Amino acid sequence: MIEIKDINKSFGDKQVLKGISAVFNQGMSNLIIGGSGSGKTTLLKCIVGLHEPEKGEVLYSNQNFTAMDFEQRIPIRKEIGMLFQNSALFDSMTVEENIIFPLNLFTEMSLSEKRDRANYCLDKVNLKNTNKLFPSELSGGMKKRVGIARAITMQPKYLFCDEPNSGLDPKTSIVIDELIKDITEENNITTVVVTHDMNSVMGIGDNILFLHNGEKWWQGSNKEIAHTDNPELNSFVFASKFMQAAKEKL
Amino acid sequence: MIFHHLGKYILLLQASFKKPEKFKVYWSEIMREMVSIGIGSLGIVCIISVFIGGVSTVQTAFQLVSNLIPRSIIGGITRDSAILEFSPTITSLVLAGRVGSSIASQIGTMRVTEQIDALEIMGVNAPGYLILPKIIGGVTMFPLLIILSICLSLFGGYIAGSASGAVSSNDFIIGLTTDFNPLFARIALIKALVFAFIITSVSAYQGYYTSGGALEVGQASTRGVVMSCIIILCADYLIAQLML
Repeated sequence: MIEIKDINKSFGDKQVLKGISAVFNQGMSNLIIGGSGSGKTTLLKCIVGLHEPEKGEVLYSNQNFTAMDFEQRIPIRKEIGMLFQNSALFDSMTVEENIIFPLNLFTEMSLSEKRDRANYCLDKVNLKNTNKLFPSELSGGMKKRVGIARAITMQPKYLFCDEPNSGLDPKTSIVIDELIKDITEENNITTVVVTHDMNSVMGIGDNILFLHNGEKWWQGSNKEIAHTDNPELNSFVFASKFMQAAKEKL
Repeated sequence: MIFHHLGKYILLLQASFKKPEKFKVYWSEIMREMVSIGIGSLGIVCIISVFIGGVSTVQTAFQLVSNLIPRSIIGGITRDSAILEFSPTITSLVLAGRVGSSIASQIGTMRVTEQIDALEIMGVNAPGYLILPKIIGGVTMFPLLIILSICLSLFGGYIAGSASGAVSSNDFIIGLTTDFNPLFARIALIKALVFAFIITSVSAYQGYYTSGGALEVGQASTRGVVMSCIIILCADYLIAQLML
C-alpha cells in the first residue's frame, strides 16, 4: 500500500500540486487521471522520488519515503518497477540486457538464471524470441511491453506506469492495459497508472484519482465514475462523442 | 551564476565517486569507455599528430635562416614543442570535440529520454554509473594517446624535414636526441591527465543537466566542447606557470 499525504509541489512561481492526499491499495490498479497539465506525471514523480515535494509525505507500507536520503531509499527502490511514457529502454543494450540490467547490479544470480528470468518476463508480456533485438528495432507497443518486462524483472511490490497507452493504437492499448491488470492481480502488487485514456479508466480503473489544476477533485472506482455529478470530471470523462453515446445508454 | 554551476559540478563529481553498487558491472563499463575513447580516437590523433610535427618542422626551418645556427636545432625545437605543447594541448582540444561532444550528447539524450530517471528508479547511482567509467576511461587512455601523438609528431617532423630538404634526417635525429629534459615529458603526462579529467567531467556535467529535447541536447553538446576547450587553455597556462 502507498499513502500520500498533503503533497505540494511548485516549479518557480507555479504551484503544480496543491495538498494532494490519497491511498493506493495493494492488488489494485490505481489510476491517476486528469487533463494535460493537471499534475498527474508530477505527482507520480513525487511518489517515486524523482521530484521532491516541498510539503507532504509519501509512505510505502508505512515507511516515510520522503524523509529518507538516497541510500536509505535503495531498499524501497528495489521494490519499485516503473514503465515510462517513452519506455526509457537503454539504447545501447539489447532487450535481454535491458531486462537483466537490474539483476546484474542487485543480485548474485548466475547468467543462466538471469537469462531464465528475462525469458520468463518476456513470456509474460508475449514477446518471445526478441532477446537479441535492440530498442531501435522494436515498435512502440513492443517497447512498452519490454518496459513492463524490465519493470517486473525484480519482482516489484510497487508498479508505476506513466501513460502506458500514449502513442499506441486502441487494440495495443487494451493489450497493455490487460497486461498491467494481470500482473497486478497475479502478483498482488500496488500498481499506480497515470493516464488520460478513457478505455483504461473504464477497463482497469479499480481506484481512480482525478486531478484538476493540481488539486484532487474526485476519487472512486470505474463503476462510480459514470454516475458522478462532479462537473469537471464529467466534462473530462464524457468529452468524446463515443463516451457521450455510451453514457446515454447507461 | 558561475558559483551555482561550480557547486552543481562539484556535487555531481561527489556523487560520481561514490562506491559502485557492483564493481563487476562498472568494470565492464570502464572497459567499454576505454575502447570508445582510446581506440575510437586513434585515427584522428594519428592524423593531427603527423601533420603537427610536419608543419612544426617546416616552419621552424623556414625561420632559422642564419648559418650560425646548426640545422639540428630544428629537431630539438620540434621535439620540445611537440612534447610540451602541441601534442598534449592541440590533441586534447581536438579530442574535446570528439570525446566531449559524444559524452555530452550521450548523457543528454539519456536524460531527455528518461533513461537516467529509469536508472534512479532502480536505485542505481546514475552519476556513478554514467560518469565515473567515462572519467576513468579518459584519464587512462589520454596519456597513452598523448604519448602516441608525441611519437607520431616526431615521425611527421622527420618525414617532412627530409622530404622538403629543410633538414637532413641525420641533423634531425641529432636534434631529437640532444639536451632532452625529462621534465617536459612529465609535464606532458600531467597535462594529459588534467585535460582528460576536464573533458570527460565537464562534458558529462553539461549532458547530465540537459532538459528539453533534441535541440537542448545539441546545445549541451556544444556547451560541453566550448567549456572544455576554455578550461583546458586555462589549465594549460596554469600548469606551464607552475611547473616550468
